[in-house]
Amino acid sequence: MIFGIDIASMLLGGVAAGMVLFIVSVGLSVTMGLMGFVNLAHGGFAMLGGYAIALAMKHWGLGFVPALVFGFVVTAAASAMLERLLYARLYRASELDQVLFTIGLVFMMIASVTLLIGPENQPLALPTMLQGQINLGITQYRTYSVVLIVVGIVIVGGLWLGFERTQIGAQIRAAVDNRRMAESLGINIARLFTITFAFGSGMAALGGGLGAEFLGLDPQYALKYLVYFLIVVAVGGLGRVTGVFYAALLIGVLDFVLKKYVPQGGTAFIYALTILLLLWRPQGLFGAKAT
Amino acid sequence: MTPPQAGWADHPAARALASRHRVRMWEPIPWVLALAFYFVFPKYLGFGTELLVTILFALSLDLVLGYAGIVTLGQAAFFGAGAYTVGMLAKHGIWKEPITGLILAAVVAAAVGLGSGLVLLRTHGLTLLMLTLCTMALLEEAANLAHDYTGGFDGLDSLPIAPLFGAFEFNPLYPKTQYLYVLTVLFVCFLFVRTLVYSPFGQSLTGIRENMLRMHAVGAPVRRRLVLCYALSAAIAGVAGGIWAQANAYVNLGTLGLDRAATVLIILVLGGYSRLYGAFIGAVAYMVLSHFLSKIYPTAWQLGLGLLLVVIALFARNGILGIAEAAVRRLGTRQATL
Amino acid sequence: MTAPLLETRALCRNFGALAAARDIDFRLEPGARHALIGPNGAGKTTFVNLLTGVIQPTSGSILMKGRDITDVVQAARVKLGIARTFQINRLFRRLSVLENVCIAVAERVGAAPSMFRPAGMRRDVVEESMHLLDTLKLTADATHRISELPYGRQRLVELAIALGLKPEVLLLDEPAAGVPSAESHIILDAIDGLPRNIGVLIIDHDMDLVFRFAERITVMVSGAVFASGSPGEIGADAAVRAVYLGRAGHD
Repeated sequence: MIFGIDIASMLLGGVAAGMVLFIVSVGLSVTMGLMGFVNLAHGGFAMLGGYAIALAMKHWGLGFVPALVFGFVVTAAASAMLERLLYARLYRASELDQVLFTIGLVFMMIASVTLLIGPENQPLALPTMLQGQINLGITQYRTYSVVLIVVGIVIVGGLWLGFERTQIGAQIRAAVDNRRMAESLGINIARLFTITFAFGSGMAALGGGLGAEFLGLDPQYALKYLVYFLIVVAVGGLGRVTGVFYAALLIGVLDFVLKKYVPQGGTAFIYALTILLLLWRPQGLFGAKAT
Repeated sequence: MTPPQAGWADHPAARALASRHRVRMWEPIPWVLALAFYFVFPKYLGFGTELLVTILFALSLDLVLGYAGIVTLGQAAFFGAGAYTVGMLAKHGIWKEPITGLILAAVVAAAVGLGSGLVLLRTHGLTLLMLTLCTMALLEEAANLAHDYTGGFDGLDSLPIAPLFGAFEFNPLYPKTQYLYVLTVLFVCFLFVRTLVYSPFGQSLTGIRENMLRMHAVGAPVRRRLVLCYALSAAIAGVAGGIWAQANAYVNLGTLGLDRAATVLIILVLGGYSRLYGAFIGAVAYMVLSHFLSKIYPTAWQLGLGLLLVVIALFARNGILGIAEAAVRRLGTRQATL
Repeated sequence: MTAPLLETRALCRNFGALAAARDIDFRLEPGARHALIGPNGAGKTTFVNLLTGVIQPTSGSILMKGRDITDVVQAARVKLGIARTFQINRLFRRLSVLENVCIAVAERVGAAPSMFRPAGMRRDVVEESMHLLDTLKLTADATHRISELPYGRQRLVELAIALGLKPEVLLLDEPAAGVPSAESHIILDAIDGLPRNIGVLIIDHDMDLVFRFAERITVMVSGAVFASGSPGEIGADAAVRAVYLGRAGHD
């Protein structure tokens, strides 16, 4: 095999993984940046969404894409309810209370899924169209990875447009930068929080479904990858869509490359790098400097 | 300038402050109970030992979280540092004596706490939370990688710990020695923490927790205090880890993981933080429940635990002790009005 | 001529493109009763933060009794005798009034690092704190938690904490802000009663308070010193009236 092609295929795999990381983490970044809420249950929403998608395909014979839509809607609706009923009571609470509450929530999610469905991994069968290889000119490559990259780019583009060009996007940006100012401008913060939170959880659900192919899907998913999602958010900067995108790509590719060449020390290297980076820039690589 | 007139010592506020550190009537009770346990439940001494170690670990967290207000998810890093210090020294035949081994565990854990505290405590909020998590994960990975020294994923077992005072064997199957040994160490560490939190140093930690900006403005070296507190707390966590390794004669990656860090946080919060005895109440409640429930119904146990956390965060922020205090206060006012 | 107690020379501080402090030359004499006034956003609180070392100047220098303290960190400036109160209360809300003051006094007398002696047994610290509460007529509240106190009394605790540091320079950032007018005389009396050996700089909007208290007034506008003089001179200055007093009238 030619060395250049090897690198290209590795990069593609890393970028595809990064896209999934991005899709899951972007909601976490925006809700944390907007609400200042330490939501350790975000991975739980990705897990629940993944299950909704996998089960809808298995039991109702839904196609992959309709199932994704279904997972997004169900998770968004459920999380909106949770936000109104419970999260909203803790916006002004201490970090510790938020941490406890969301850890408790994750435990409940994991236990409920284990009780109702079982502890085993849920296979998520991709449509035949997405299996197999695709000819990219220089090399053959896995179709699904290419699809993931395209989907990721479409989503980041869509989010960017939504953030920059729509009314609600402008409101979110204003509230992330200066919440009191936004409130005095008459923005309905409570409604904004619910919408953003629901949307972020819905995105996590999409990520859970799209990434199930190589991250797997079992109840422990909710905690297993949490540190990764948090790292992506911390590196990308709170409330920064493009920041999280670059950070997710960076970590996805890094993780892929490291696992290949240093299968033992790869994860340790990413942790060390994150620590150094956060010490150098506590606001993340792409976050705005706090004043 | 005239010296301030004497005589304020009798003012109720001054008296309240001067009597706060005195030993309460009920304070010997937990220790008497712990001793009684030794005689009444000789079959459960293994469980009792584990319980006492957990109290010690939760106490270390209380110092840093309850008093100094540092929200950390990485306290198990120090527990693990202490456990691996004892484990590696014993397994490789370098040091087997238990008491000095614990001191070494404390020193190593304090050094890790000091080093990481110096850099981590520049940050706060979510970044700090992340950094404590990452530091712990990094140590876990390091312990996993260095398997020539640490045993990697399998850990180190059958640690040859020397008999206590050269006379009392640590028998994993019949842990009489361990129980009394751990109880003594817990008592010593508790006295230290208790003295600390009522001292001016402890008072200034509370000040930092309550209002950091104000502490800067009264000229307190805030970061130095926090780092010192972090290192002291790490030392105690290291003792807890070291003694755990000695009592069980093994050490594994579980001593360093998020599971252990989250569990100790839950225990402390369940009992009630910044209350000294919260660690005791929380550990007893959690360990007893988990002992009977988690093995039979592990999933239901996790569900109940999650529900409990949610309820505590929403309704009972001061834990079991906080509820008890509120009840006592209500009783008191009712009697006063009668 | 002796050096002033506190002096700034060409002090500047920029936040991005915004100049929050511009070439400020300022002198606070020993025992002064000095007021700093100016419209909202004039940079008064920034100036206090520069003097206390919370933020660093972009350029210029700060001197205390002729010694350059520009690079001295906040905690060390407190030790040199610069204390402040905050515009919004920054107190230890769950601690008693006595403890609030004790924390400051313990810090000043160097008791705070001590780990092995109960705080309540430091007689010197407790006596001094109680004495201080007595001079501010707060002894009746000493056992109460801050959160149980009316706002006006909380403002007095702010003052008590600052005085517990035995300052030579006392910076009062809107000491009566947020206090209902029925209670504000408590604050005003307390300020009137401050020992004369302390140089006091008071930052306020309240013209009654400023003219009652100050022997010298500095007016800041847009981060720069606009005028400085006796209350009579400032009161008669047509330009000051135009930019500040007049505008304040519209608030």
